[in-house]
Amino acid sequence: MKEKLVVIGNGMAGMRTVEELLKIDADMYDITVFGAEPYGNYNRIMLSPVLAGDKTIEEIMINDMQWYKDNDVTLHSGKEVTSIDRVNKKVIADDGTEESYDRLLVATGSDAFIIPVPGNDLEGVIAFRDIKDVDTMIAAAGKHKHAVVIGGGLLGLEAANGLMEQGMSVTVVHLMDKLMERQMDAPAAAMLKESLEERGLHFLMEASTESIIGKDRVEKVRFKDGSEIYADLVVMAVGIKPNIKLAKESGIHCERGIVVNDTLQTYDPSIYSVGECVQHRGEVYGLVAPLFDMAKVCANHLAKMGIGRYEGTMTSTKLKVTGIDLFSAGDFTGDETTDELVFQDKARGVYRKIVVKNNKIEGAVMYGDTIDGSWYFDLMRDGTDISEFRENLLFGQAHLGDSGHGDDNRVASMADSAEICGCNGVTKGDIVIAINDKKLFTLDEVRAHTKASSSCGSCTGLVESLMSHVLGGDHSTAPHLKPMCGCTDKSHTDVRAAINTGELKSVREVMDSMAWKTEDGCSKCRPALNYYLVCKHPDAGVDDNQSRLINERAHANIQGDGTYSVIPRMWGGMTTPKELRAVADAAEKYNLDTVHVTGGQRIGLYGVKKEDLPAIWKDFNDAGMVSGHAYGKALRTVKTCVGRDWCRFGTQDSTGIGIKLEQLSWGSWMPHKFKMAASGCPRNCAEATIKDYGVVCVDSGYELHVGGNGGIKVRATDFLCNVETEEDVLEYSAAYMQLYREDAYYLERTAPWIERVGLNYVKEAIVEDAEKRKELADRFRYGQTFMQDDPWAERAQGGESHEFTPMKVIG
Amino acid sequence: MSDWIEVGTLNDIPKLGARVVEVAAGNIAVFRTAEDKIFAVADKCPHKGGQLSQGLVMGNKVACPMHDWKIELESGTAVAPDEGCAATYPVKMEGETIMLSLTANEGCPNE
Ligand code: SRM
Ligand SMILES: Cc1cc2nc3c(=O)[nH]c(=O)nc-3n(C[C@H](O)[C@H](O)[C@H](O)COP(=O)(O)OP(=O)(O)OC[C@H]3O[C@@H](n4cnc5c(N)ncnc54)[C@H](O)[C@@H]3O)c2cc1C
Ligand code: SF4
Ligand code: FES
Repeated sequence: MKEKLVVIGNGMAGMRTVEELLKIDADMYDITVFGAEPYGNYNRIMLSPVLAGDKTIEEIMINDMQWYKDNDVTLHSGKEVTSIDRVNKKVIADDGTEESYDRLLVATGSDAFIIPVPGNDLEGVIAFRDIKDVDTMIAAAGKHKHAVVIGGGLLGLEAANGLMEQGMSVTVVHLMDKLMERQMDAPAAAMLKESLEERGLHFLMEASTESIIGKDRVEKVRFKDGSEIYADLVVMAVGIKPNIKLAKESGIHCERGIVVNDTLQTYDPSIYSVGECVQHRGEVYGLVAPLFDMAKVCANHLAKMGIGRYEGTMTSTKLKVTGIDLFSAGDFTGDETTDELVFQDKARGVYRKIVVKNNKIEGAVMYGDTIDGSWYFDLMRDGTDISEFRENLLFGQAHLGDSGHGDDNRVASMADSAEICGCNGVTKGDIVIAINDKKLFTLDEVRAHTKASSSCGSCTGLVESLMSHVLGGDHSTAPHLKPMCGCTDKSHTDVRAAINTGELKSVREVMDSMAWKTEDGCSKCRPALNYYLVCKHPDAGVDDNQSRLINERAHANIQGDGTYSVIPRMWGGMTTPKELRAVADAAEKYNLDTVHVTGGQRIGLYGVKKEDLPAIWKDFNDAGMVSGHAYGKALRTVKTCVGRDWCRFGTQDSTGIGIKLEQLSWGSWMPHKFKMAASGCPRNCAEATIKDYGVVCVDSGYELHVGGNGGIKVRATDFLCNVETEEDVLEYSAAYMQLYREDAYYLERTAPWIERVGLNYVKEAIVEDAEKRKELADRFRYGQTFMQDDPWAERAQGGESHEFTPMKVIG
Repeated sequence: MSDWIEVGTLNDIPKLGARVVEVAAGNIAVFRTAEDKIFAVADKCPHKGGQLSQGLVMGNKVACPMHDWKIELESGTAVAPDEGCAATYPVKMEGETIMLSLTANEGCPNE
C-alpha cells in the first residue's frame, strides 16, 4: 500500500510542493489536501490585479478542482484542520473529517495582522489576504464612497490603488514619514508618493490610529492626535504573522514561525513545513520566490531522494500598480563601509540608487525605470565584481554595449506584436498569454513553453522584465548558485570541484557519485561533464563521444537540411594556390554549390552528405589541410592582417604571430569557442579587440587584449598588458587559455567569464605571477600533446565509421 | 505483420547512440539505450524534421540535434510542453541480431 501524505493548507507553497513531488514521482503517495478556503489553489499575488479589475478570479486559478481529480489528489476544500494527533499520526478538521498520515506537510501560510484598537471587529473592517477579502472590497465599492487603508507598505498601496480603480475615494494612513520604508529610501518613497497623489490617492503620514468608530458598521477612524476621518471601509495592511497556531498547539517547535532545518523538516521527523508559516535559519519570508525554492527542496526529500538543501533566498520587491515602476532588493541603506551610486532625474521621474561594497552590489532601489532591476539583482546574487563597468553601472545593461537592444527595452510600452525573441519568432503577446494561461512563474518555464530566450539567450533580460511586468513580485527564484540543469541540484562549481579531485574518470561515474536524478543526464549536462573530464585528464582517454553533441561527434556542422559543412584550417588566414585548388576540386567532386568565404578568414563548403565526409576529409588531408574545428567548443580561427611584410604601417609580423598562435592552440577543447586575432598596428584591421584573445602589434612590442566578443552581445576586450617578444605572446596566450579552460563554466565564453571573475583575477594569475603563468602554460602545452591529432585524418582512415555509414540500406 | 527484416547486430550501434536504416519511404533511426534497449523511430523530428538519429540519447529519450526537443523513443511523442509525434516501428532482438518491421506502429498520426 502507498504511504499517505497529508497537506494542511491549500495555498501557494503547499501546492507548489505537491506539484514538484508529482513531477518527481506521481505514484509514491496517496495525497490528501485540506484547505480552509473553499476553492482550488489560486495565485494569491494576483489578488491585487483582481481588485484593480485587471484580472478575474478564474484567470488566477493555478489548480482548479479538475486538476485535483486528474492528479488523484483528494481535496477537502472549505475544511480547516483543527488538531494534529502526532501520536496516532492523524489530523482532524472542523467538521470532524479525519485523515491519517505517514508524512504531514504543514503549509498554513500567514494571517494578516489586525491592529489591536477598539472597533477593529466592526463590519467593514477587513484585511487583504484572500478571495473573500477581495469580494468584500468590491461589494463595498459598489455601495460606499470612503475607504481607508491602514498601512503604506506594498500590500496597502496595492489595496489602495485597487479600491481607487473600483471608484472609491481612498486615504492611506501610515505610521512612518515615508511609504514602503522597508523597500524604499527617502527620495524614491517621495517620488512614489507624489505620483500616487497625482493619480488621486490621499495620504495621512505619521498618523497613529487610536480607534475605529461606528454603530453596526464602521463610520470613522480616529487618530491619537484627536482628528477623525470618514470611513465606510477600513483595510488593514500593516503586516502579516506566520500562522502557527495549529502547529504550536500540536507541540511542534515554533519560534516566530515553525522551525525547520535545511530539508524543511520540523522537529517532528514525519512533519515537514513550507511557506510563510516557516522559520528557516532565523528568517521568515513573505514573498513567493523563497517559498518556491523551499517547495523544490521539500518535494525532493518527501520523494526520498535525499538530496538538495534549502539555504535561504535573496528576495527583491516590485509594486504591482500599473504605470508605476519600482524595484528594490538587498540592503539599500548602506553604511560607512559602502558606497552609494545615485542617479536622479526629477523631471523624468527616474531614480536609481545602488549600494556597493568591495565592488559588489549589496542592494538597489529603482523608481520610474526598473528595466535593469533583474540585471542588478543577478549581479548582486552572483556576487559579480563590477569594477570593470562601475562607471556605467547606473546607466544600465544597455550601456554596456548590448547590440541592438538598449533603449527600446521598455517592455511595458511595447506592442503585443513586438518580437522579443528573434531566434524563435516569439512576440510579447505570445509570452504574456503563455504566462497567464499556463501559469508560468520561472524563466525556465517560459523558455520551455514559448521557446523565448531558449536559443541564443540575448533576449533573456527582456523576457525577465516582461515576466516581472506581468507577474509583479519576484518571479526569479534561482538560488545563489544555479544547478547545472534539471538532472541535478549541483552547480557547475560543485561538479568541477568533484571532478578535480581526480578520482572520477567517466561521465557515468560523475553522475553516479553525485546522485544524478536522471538515468543518463541530458543534452545540457553530459557535454559539460565530458568537457570537465577531458580538461582535467587530457592524457587518460576519458573523452566520451556519445556525450558530445552531433557537431563535435561528427567533426562537422550539421545544417538545417541534414547535410554538413566542411571548413578546413587556413593558418592565420593565409592560403596557397595548392590549398585553393584542393578546395575547388572538392567543391566540384562532391557537387557542392555553396563555397563561402567565412567570417573567420577561411573557406567553407556547404551541403556535404554525411557519408561523403570521410572521403572529402581524406582529399583535404592529401593536400596538407586539417580540420578547422568550425564545429567545436574549441579554438576556431586566428584572424590576421598582412602586417609588417606588406603594410606601410605594420610594426610587427602579425601574420606570423597569428600562424604561431593557431599552431599552438588548434585542437584544444574549451568551455566555449575561442577566437583570436593579431593586427599589425593599432588600426587593428584584424579586429583583435573583439576576440577572446587579441594581439595588437605596436612599435615597442605587443599589446595583449582579452575577453572580447563580437557575437550576440558585443564586448570590446580588456587590455591585459604589454609584452616585448613573440615568445611572451605565446606563453601569455597559453596560460590565459588554460586559466579559462580550468575556470570557466561550460558554455561560458571568455567575455561573460571575465565579467564574472573580474579582470584582476586574470591579471593576478597571468601578469603578476610569473610562476603561475608558467605552470598554466605548461599544463596547456602538455594537454596539447594529446589533442593535436587531426580528427579528420583519424576518421578518413576509417575511425568511428559507424558515425558516417547507414546501418542498412533497404530498397 | 511479420515482415521482419534483419538490420544489424546490437554492437553495430554504440551505447547511448543510434544508427540509420535507409528506407526509400523515409529513414528509420534505430537507438540503443544505456540498458541495451533498442527502439526504432522515424528519423524525422516532429518539430522541423531534424534527424533524430544524430541526437543525444538520454534514458528512453533522444534530444533532437536541431532545437533540442526531447522525443520519447517508446511512443515517438515529444516531451511536454512540446507537442508532436514521430512514427515508431516494431523492433525485436533475436539473440544479438536486430529485427525491424517497416510497418509503423499505430498510435501516431502520420502527416
Ligand atoms: C561559418 C560562419 C559564417 C560564415 O559563413 O561566415 C559561422 C557559422 C555559424 N556560427 Fe558563427 N560563424 C562564423 C563566424 C562567426 C563570427 C565572426 C568571427 O569569428 O570573426 C562571429 C562573431 C565573433 C564572435 O564569435 O565573437 C560568430 C558568432 C556566432 C555566435 C555568437 C557567439 C557569441 O558568443 O556571442 C554563434 C552562436 C553560438 O556559438 O552559440 C554562432 C554560431 C554559428 C553556427 C555554428 C550556428 C549553428 O549552430 O549551426 C553556424 C554554423 C554554420 C555552419 O554550419 O558552418 N556564431 N560567428 C563563420 C565561421 C567562421 C570560421 O571560419 O570558423
Ligand atoms: C494581495 C497580496 C499580494 C501579494 N503580492 C505579492 C507579490 O507581488 N510578490 C510576492 O512574492 N508575494 C506577494 N504576496 C505574498 C504571497 O502571496 C505569499 O507569500 C504566498 O501566498 C504565501 O504562500 P503560503 O502557501 O505560505 O500561504 P498561503 O498562500 O496563504 O496559503 C496558506 C493556505 O492555508 C490555508 N490554511 C491555513 N490554516 C489552515 C488549516 N488549519 N487547515 C486548512 N487550511 C489552512 C489558508 O486558508 C490558505 O489558503 C502577496 C500577498 C497578497 C495577499
Ligand atoms: S551563420 Fe551565424 S549569423 Fe548566419 S544564420 Fe547561422 S548563426 Fe546566424
Ligand atoms: S527539428 Fe527537432 S527540435 Fe527542431
